[in-house]
Amino acid sequence: MKTVEEINEKIKKGKALVLTAEEIIDFARQKGSKRAAEEVDVVTTGTFGPMCSSGAYFNVGHSRPRIKIGGGKAYLNGVPVYTGLAAVDLLLGATAIPDDDPRNAVFPGRFAYGGGHVIEELVAGKEVRLTATAYGTDCYPRKKIETRISLEDMNEAVLFNPRNCYQNYNVAVNVSDRAIYTYMGVLQPRLGNANYCSAGQLSPLFCDPFYRTIGIGTRIFLGGGTGYVAWNGTQHNPCVPRTDLGVPRVPAGTIAVIGDLKQMHPRWLRGTSFRGYGVNLTVSIGIPIPILNEEILVQAAVRDEDIVTPIVDYSQSYPQRESGSLGEVSYAQLKSGEISVDGKEVPTASLSSYAMAREIAGILKDWIQKGEFLLTECVQGLPSSDSGIVFKGLQEKPFRAKKLI
Amino acid sequence: MTTTKVVLRFPPELTDQPVTYKLIKEYDLMVNILRGHITPKEEGMLVLELTGKKKQLDRGMDYLAKLGVETQRLSKGVKWLKDRCTHCTACTSLCPTHALLVERDTMMVSFDRDKCIACEMCITVCPYSAMEVQV
Repeated sequence: MKTVEEINEKIKKGKALVLTAEEIIDFARQKGSKRAAEEVDVVTTGTFGPMCSSGAYFNVGHSRPRIKIGGGKAYLNGVPVYTGLAAVDLLLGATAIPDDDPRNAVFPGRFAYGGGHVIEELVAGKEVRLTATAYGTDCYPRKKIETRISLEDMNEAVLFNPRNCYQNYNVAVNVSDRAIYTYMGVLQPRLGNANYCSAGQLSPLFCDPFYRTIGIGTRIFLGGGTGYVAWNGTQHNPCVPRTDLGVPRVPAGTIAVIGDLKQMHPRWLRGTSFRGYGVNLTVSIGIPIPILNEEILVQAAVRDEDIVTPIVDYSQSYPQRESGSLGEVSYAQLKSGEISVDGKEVPTASLSSYAMAREIAGILKDWIQKGEFLLTECVQGLPSSDSGIVFKGLQEKPFRAKKLI
Repeated sequence: MTTTKVVLRFPPELTDQPVTYKLIKEYDLMVNILRGHITPKEEGMLVLELTGKKKQLDRGMDYLAKLGVETQRLSKGVKWLKDRCTHCTACTSLCPTHALLVERDTMMVSFDRDKCIACEMCITVCPYSAMEVQV
């Protein structure tokens, strides 16, 4: 049994044993889980995948004379930002696209540029065009502004992602007779290919399946800088069927994350375009897991062959929200490049980069070994499998007709 | 015998010319059609693998040039922008010739230009614009 405080002391002295979530697998096998738990202090995880529910907010500073962009309209490089906040606070969503983007008018649309790309360009140190119109008030008389602006010019620039880091995700296939264009990529007809999106054994929430160490306030690698877990993510759904090891068999937990955009790097935050679907941001996250006891170690040493996920048809089941899957496969099978669905051999591909996830876990390990990154004890845990959370669909209810007086 | 892969672009007034027939009959070339496409404005595009004697190949290419068909060597057609690639592997299951391939140990993607037939599937599926058609 160790405490986070004890582990931090070892990190400061340069004496902590830190392994990545890949390295821990063989280490635990060779040493046995009891001894491994005594020797290892931290396991680092990583993931690098498209995460739709991402965005950033900015305070752009006050112009002279002042303008109240709040309640008006504003764009960064032609991409609309949300202005329903204070005078010069702007919120940019990763999936926002320019008003004049043709979208799917000529199907499948390209979605070449949007919020995710603006974030990538800003992080790369580029200037973007800020254009805004406002209604004008006594205290904020100006009605229009057009200026170039970079991250450096802003007071605050904060990445805030309401849902990232999905604990498990569907394998997407297409059983129909035509190609379909989805957020899980291009899916060829008649089970032509299968796309998945998780780093499997390296993915943070697979290595801490009941959120015993990852919670609100956990310090993390985010976009090449440091960030924090802010809350559970939207659609956090911990009460799902799990394997004997406690690993969810279907999409389950999520986290909301926050961090200073000015510290981040464009290699680790990438604007992303899905043909026929839209724009997205690919986010890098690495989370350290303090090995406080043997149970936490056993869970962190989870292997791809022990993690399973459902195969879902995206031509009918997913869009119509019909339940049922075409089977279950392990991440080891998915990573081999081929799975069997309905007796057919189907080539697989990932949307989440395992190679980059491995690099993130390695960088975080390096930071901790150098004493540059200390672990945090979470302020509050995330709702877990005993929370009783029910994942709700939207039940549509007709508007009530107004009573005539 | 020499083999070369070329992209032919036809202006609308040439789409009715029996170009492949002439390449076979008059220049004694083996023609393997890898891909064909006619745009709504009736410009044509053909990707061919041509095999024949060097001299005949050169004569065939001269014939195409004189006719007004724009030709381009295929190996210069599709470019992998390595720095933009995240090695997500989304392209690899749909690449028909496995020019884009995953090394399973490292889970990193590689691109073999010689195997590419410029079907441009990768350009459609790459979320990071890491594949580009060179003009």
